[in-house]
Amino acid sequence: MSLRLPGFDARIALSAASPRRPSRSKEDTLKSTALHDWHAARGAKMAPFAGYEMPITYPTGAVEEHLITRRSVGLFDIDHMGQIEVSGPGADDFVSRMVSARVLDMKDGDARYSLLLAEDGGVTDDLFIYRLPGRWWIVVNASNRETDYAWFRKNAPAGVKVEDLSDDTYMIAVQGPRAIELLGAAADFDVPGMTRFTSAKGSLLGVPCLVGRTGYTGEDGAELFFPARDAVKLWDGLLALAAKKGIEAAPIGLAARDSLRFEAGMPLHGHEISPSINPVEAGFKWACDLEKDFVGKKAVTDLAEKGPARKLVGLDVTGGVPREGYEVQATDGRTVGLCAAGMFCPTVKKYAANAFVPPELSKVGTPLKVVIHGKPKDAVVVKRPLYVPAYRR
Amino acid sequence: MKIDAAARYRSSHEWARKEGSLIVTGISDHAQESLGDIVFVEFPEVGKTLKQGETFGVIESVKAASDLYMPMGGKIAAVNEALGGDPSAVNKDCYGAGWLIKFEPTNPSEWDGLLSAGDYEKEAAAH
Repeated sequence: MSLRLPGFDARIALSAASPRRPSRSKEDTLKSTALHDWHAARGAKMAPFAGYEMPITYPTGAVEEHLITRRSVGLFDIDHMGQIEVSGPGADDFVSRMVSARVLDMKDGDARYSLLLAEDGGVTDDLFIYRLPGRWWIVVNASNRETDYAWFRKNAPAGVKVEDLSDDTYMIAVQGPRAIELLGAAADFDVPGMTRFTSAKGSLLGVPCLVGRTGYTGEDGAELFFPARDAVKLWDGLLALAAKKGIEAAPIGLAARDSLRFEAGMPLHGHEISPSINPVEAGFKWACDLEKDFVGKKAVTDLAEKGPARKLVGLDVTGGVPREGYEVQATDGRTVGLCAAGMFCPTVKKYAANAFVPPELSKVGTPLKVVIHGKPKDAVVVKRPLYVPAYRR
Repeated sequence: MKIDAAARYRSSHEWARKEGSLIVTGISDHAQESLGDIVFVEFPEVGKTLKQGETFGVIESVKAASDLYMPMGGKIAAVNEALGGDPSAVNKDCYGAGWLIKFEPTNPSEWDGLLSAGDYEKEAAAH
């Protein structure tokens, strides 16, 4: 066997962004987060992801990290995520035109999921948008941060200010059924009183934070934004507080972050959505407000009328682990599509894939095959998500 | 890293141990540690004859699929069916409950060409 393991996602890692510090060679352009040494000292396996050296798993192991998040609390270092702020006169109409979701009805503090589309309907990125007093706070994927920032800048009318605040902003996620209890004990304000998809400002263990009741795991929890210099203080503080309160909590790497989001039916840009995948075929028409004007609206409207040429489905596979790029066949052996992502799902204990297939083969219960190491394996279309998020039950 | 002193090894991290007239094979502790959580093992058919160095299966960790190679040529006598239900035994006990296959060696002298425990340990530690 070969132990030359791939990076966590070599394809995305190739789009390494410019370094935070000047560097002498191409090899040193990997950025590291303020918690890098913390992760390394605890034996985390680190690998490049979106230009950062990130923890993929801790000695706990990816499967157990996934299960800890589902049963109690996981802490995620996601400082690689980007934050773009938009403000100034005309910012509201500008943001509304740039993103697919309805945003003008949002109240201060509200948070909402949206897509960023190209004119042809391809998905440039997916975002979480927070409306804050006098400004919009937009959280973007690490690998798309520079593209998104350039796109917002290019389209901003005079008077609208667009700033990339990613380097000054630290971001961690605290997720799991006991996450809110833990954050409530750490905060000087009422975190448990916040509703899903809202945000609030306050202090957590003495660190000034913007707290969003959002996440990417299918569990309740929050995402915290705060000054980068406080990263170790808040991270260590939350783990110590959890221990004191008898709340099981652990640091969780990107491998489990991927399986958690996959099981809960959330897309990962570059897989279920991408510039060559449109929202209609990926099942994200709900994130497009066709009653307003936005970049990509005409393409989405046309595609919705015409009907998609392919659809994203979930596949339950027997006899192997499906992975990105694997071929999907009809039962007669015809190639009908490709897997966009696939893995072992620890909570539901299934080997599953997300795949694009023709609409006539997208019905739940349709038998298909996935070719794994040259052999077609039985697969069946299943309802997504495999794991219904806690806040939707 | 843990080493089974009774076993011999391939540079590609498979171990082989004599069990009566059969050879038992699995992956080393160094390999399971590097791969991380094992989630699936694809086995060969029992009765199939494979040459030394030929692929006998695939081991899948959370993030990667790795081919498994025959330490010696032989006819597959048994596969560890118990791993179908719980492949984590490969992580917990790679030289015991986490064994992968047993085979009847075609040419028992191939054993002599395998790495001793000490030589494998030195080689794996260098990586």
